[in-house]
Amino acid sequence: MAGMTSVEKGELMEQVKQQIQVANAQELLTKMTEKCFKKCVGKPGTSLDSSEQKCISMCMDRFMDSWNLISRAYGQRLQRESKM
Amino acid sequence: MSDYENLSGNEKELQEFLMIEKQKAQVNAQIHEFNEICWEKCIGKPSTKLDHATETCLSNCVDRFIDTSLLITQRFAQMLQKQSSGGM
Repeated sequence: MAGMTSVEKGELMEQVKQQIQVANAQELLTKMTEKCFKKCVGKPGTSLDSSEQKCISMCMDRFMDSWNLISRAYGQRLQRESKM
Repeated sequence: MSDYENLSGNEKELQEFLMIEKQKAQVNAQIHEFNEICWEKCIGKPSTKLDHATETCLSNCVDRFIDTSLLITQRFAQMLQKQSSGGM
């Protein structure tokens, strides 16, 4: 850290932020795959049929909706707790 | 002299930055956990949108999970207290 310029510092901070975002996205995708496979794929066949594909597509969107809703609900709860 | 001041200033700024990013990451991890648990409780077959009942279930799920966590923490502390006073 000796002699780090403000540019280097800024780049380091950006790198850290990016890595955290990537890790977050990976976690999201891992969970989404697990949940949607569970919901949409019954007895695995030799390929994903069109109804399974449609289900997976909807499931992805609902999973994101759920994530956003939970995020809001959690934020609101944290705010309520901090006011107590 | 100014190099030294710059060094500790940089260090402090980076430490604060890392602490904030760590907190943000912890909040995100918590949201992932809630989403996983509450998805199992509230989501049936995926459709074209989340209906009102499902949204209510998800929102309640977060609050009830936190309530459960608080209750367990409280009660566990009581259990430990009883144990230590009983042993004396």
